[in-house]
Amino acid sequence: MSFEPKILGIACNWCTYTGADLAGTTRLQYPQNLRVVRVMCSSRINPSFIFRAFQLGADGVLVGGCHPGDCHYNTGNLYARRRLAVTKKILEFSGLESGRFRVEWISASEGNKFAEVVTEFTEQIKKLGPQIKFKISQ
Amino acid sequence: MSRIGVFVCHCGLNIAKTVRVSELAEFAATLPDVVVAKDYKFMCSTPGQEMIVNDIKQHKLDRIIVTACSPLMHEQTFRKVLTASGLNQYLLTIVNIREQVSWVTHDIEEGTAKAKALLNGAVYRARLLAPLTSRVIDVNPNVMVVGGGIAGIQAALELANTGKKVYLIEKNSTIGGHMAQFDKTFPTLDCSACILTPKMDSVLQHKNITMMTSCEVSEVKGFVGNFDITIRQKARYVDHSKCNACLSCTEKCPGKGTSEWDESLVKRKAIYIPFPQAVPQKPIIDKESCTFFKKGKCRLCEKACEQKAIDFEQQDTFVQVKVGAVILATGFDLMDTKPLVQYGYGKYPGVYNALEVERLFNSAGPTGGKVTLRDGSEPKSIAILHCIGSRDKNNHEHCSRVCCMYSLKFSHLFKEKTSADVYHFYIDMRAAGKGYEEFYNRIIEEDVKFIRGKGARVTQSADEPGRLVVEAEDTITGKFIKLPVDMVVLSSAIVPRADARDIARLFNLSTDKQGFFMERHPKLAPLSTMSEGIFIAGACQSPKDIPDTVAQAYGAAAEALTIVVKDKMELEATTAMVNPASCCGCQNCVRVCPYGAPSYNAEKRVSEINEALCKGCGLCASVCPSSAIIARHFTNDQVLAEMEGLMEF
Repeated sequence: MSFEPKILGIACNWCTYTGADLAGTTRLQYPQNLRVVRVMCSSRINPSFIFRAFQLGADGVLVGGCHPGDCHYNTGNLYARRRLAVTKKILEFSGLESGRFRVEWISASEGNKFAEVVTEFTEQIKKLGPQIKFKISQ
Repeated sequence: MSRIGVFVCHCGLNIAKTVRVSELAEFAATLPDVVVAKDYKFMCSTPGQEMIVNDIKQHKLDRIIVTACSPLMHEQTFRKVLTASGLNQYLLTIVNIREQVSWVTHDIEEGTAKAKALLNGAVYRARLLAPLTSRVIDVNPNVMVVGGGIAGIQAALELANTGKKVYLIEKNSTIGGHMAQFDKTFPTLDCSACILTPKMDSVLQHKNITMMTSCEVSEVKGFVGNFDITIRQKARYVDHSKCNACLSCTEKCPGKGTSEWDESLVKRKAIYIPFPQAVPQKPIIDKESCTFFKKGKCRLCEKACEQKAIDFEQQDTFVQVKVGAVILATGFDLMDTKPLVQYGYGKYPGVYNALEVERLFNSAGPTGGKVTLRDGSEPKSIAILHCIGSRDKNNHEHCSRVCCMYSLKFSHLFKEKTSADVYHFYIDMRAAGKGYEEFYNRIIEEDVKFIRGKGARVTQSADEPGRLVVEAEDTITGKFIKLPVDMVVLSSAIVPRADARDIARLFNLSTDKQGFFMERHPKLAPLSTMSEGIFIAGACQSPKDIPDTVAQAYGAAAEALTIVVKDKMELEATTAMVNPASCCGCQNCVRVCPYGAPSYNAEKRVSEINEALCKGCGLCASVCPSSAIIARHFTNDQVLAEMEGLMEF
C-alpha cells in the first residue's frame, strides 16, 4: 500500500478556512490527507501547537492565514508570520526536513489556491515519507 | 465525564454520496463520552432540529456535535437549537464534512476516513468545551453610508425614513455618482437626471441625513453596534456655512482645470460646482488649478464673494462619528483602456470610452448634448466595441454586465442625434433583465448593424487621414473585416474603485479575485460581509445595473436596520481572559493587541483584559510566556486535544 501521510492544517477562520470552504463549494478536488483545525486568527497559533502536531505523528503541517496586510484583526498575521518563520528554523535546526512545515497566505476568494497548495504539499510529504523525527510512539 | 450527542447529516446526497454517513454515526458511538450518535437526511430541517432537542432532553446530553456543512453556514442555526434546549450555545461543535470533505473528493473510502478523523478531533475538543456567557452591549442607533451614488442615496433615504440618523459620506464635492453623469438609462430611456436629482434633493432636505461631501473615511475603530469612525473633511477653501450659492465666484475665476465630471473632455474653472444640479449647490476650489495657490496672487473669487465665504487658509479637518452599522456603496471605476494599446485610446482622438460618450449625449455635457468629435464635426460612422477588457482572461475575466445594454442605448441615441451608421462589434449579446431583450429587438429594428466578433484592433486609416479602421473577425461569416469609421466607442470593463483595497482594509473586508468587496455568502448573504455590521450595496460588490443596485441598497438598508433597531445586542463570548495567578506582568499582551484590550494593572502587577474591546483573535494568548491568558473557546487544551483526535486516524 502506498504511503498516505497525515497532514495537520491550521487555518484562520476569515481567510484560509473560508477559502477552503470555497474550494468545496466549487467542487475542486484535492487529496484527503489534510485535517484542518479552525482558529480565529493565525496569530492564535502558538509554536508549541506545531511541535505538538509533529509529536502526535503529523507527517506535515500546513498553516494558512490571510495575506499580510489583509488580516481580519489588522496585524495578527504579521506576528504570526514572524513567529512561524522562527518556528520553521527551530524545526529544521532540530533535524526536521525543511519541506514538512509550510505557511501559506490564502484569502477567502482563493479556493483554487487552497486546492493547489494542498495537492502540492501532499505530494511533497508523500515523497518525504513518514515523519519519525519528533513522533512519540504511543 | 461529558455526555456527547453526535448528529451526522446526509445533506441529501451532498454528503452521503462520498461519505458513508451511517458508518460514521456507528463509528461516533464508539468514541469516548458519546452517548448517542445518529444520522439523518437533513439535520438543519425542522425534524432534524427537533431530533437534537429531544435527544438533549432524553439522554441528558451536555455536548452536541453536528457533523454537517461548514460552521460558517449553520453554526448559528444549531446554536439556537442548543439555546432552545437549555444548553449553553458554546457547547456546540460543528464538523465540516461537506465543504471540506464530501465536496472535494469523489472517493467514498477517502471521504469516510477523513470524516472519521475530523469527528474524532471534534469529540476530543468537545469534551473540554466550557459554557460561555455572551456579552450584551448597547447599540448606537445611527448608520453611516459611504458613497453618495444611487446606491448610497437610496440606502440613506430608506434608513432616514425609518427615523434613524444617517451620515452619508461622499468623497466628491457632490452626491450623485456615476448615475448623475448619464443622459438616459436603459432599457426605458428614462432621463437619468430626472429620476436621480429629486432623490439627491431629498437627501439634502432630509432632517435625518447628515450629508458629508468632500469627505473620506480615515479610520475605523470599534465593532458592530459601536463603530467609532474618523472622517477627513477635505479642505474646500469655501466656507459652506457662509456660501449662499450665488456662484459669482465661478464667473470671475480665471483658473482652468480639467472637468472630472465631463471625463476631462472640457475645462472647468478652478472654483466650481461639478454640474448644474450638483448637491450641495456650493463650489469648492481645486488647489491644483487655482491661480492664487499656484502663483500667490489673484483672489478674484474672494473679491466677488459678498458672503466672505472664501477661505484660502482652510485645512483638512477630522470629525468623529459614532454609528451602529455601516453600508459601503462605493461604486466602480471604468477600466483605464490606455494600456490596451491596440485600441488606440488616448492616442487617436476619435476613440472614446463609454463614460465620455455618456457626457456627449448629456445636454449639460461638454457639447450641450450634440454628438460631435473632438474637432467639432459630426461622425458619419461609429463603431461600438463591446467587452474591452472584460470577458478577457488577459485582463478581467468577469462580464461587466451592463455594457451590452448601454452599448445598445448608445446606438439608439447615436441614431437619434446623428445620421451616422452604427456598428456593434460584440462577442455575445447579453440582455438578461426586465425589458432588456425587448430593447435589443427594438434596436435591431433601428438599422443598427451587428457584427459578431470582438474588435481586435483600431488603427489610423492610411487612405483617409483622421479616420479610423476597426479590425475584427466576423465569426458568423468567418471573414476578417476592416471597417473604416469616424468614431470608436470602447465599452470598457467595470472594475473596482482604485482605492477599493484601502477601503477594504479600513473596514476589514475581503476582496474577491477581481478586487470587488466580498460578500459573506454569494447567495444567502450577498449584502453582508465577514465584518459584522458592515454591509455592501451596488457596484462595489460586482458590476450591476441601476435596478439591481437600487434593490441592493434597499436590502442593505434593511440589514443595517436589523442591527440599529435594537437597543442592545449580544456579542460573541469568545474573548480572552487573564488568569492573574500565573500572569508574570511582562505586558507582551499589552504591546501586541491591535485593539488595546489588555492593560497593565501596576498595583496588582498583572495584565487585565477589557472584554468590551477584545475581538477574540487569540494573539495575546500565544504571546503569553506563562500561559496566563486563556483564549476562550480556543484554549491551548482545546486546540491540542482536537489535534490529538485528528492525528489518531
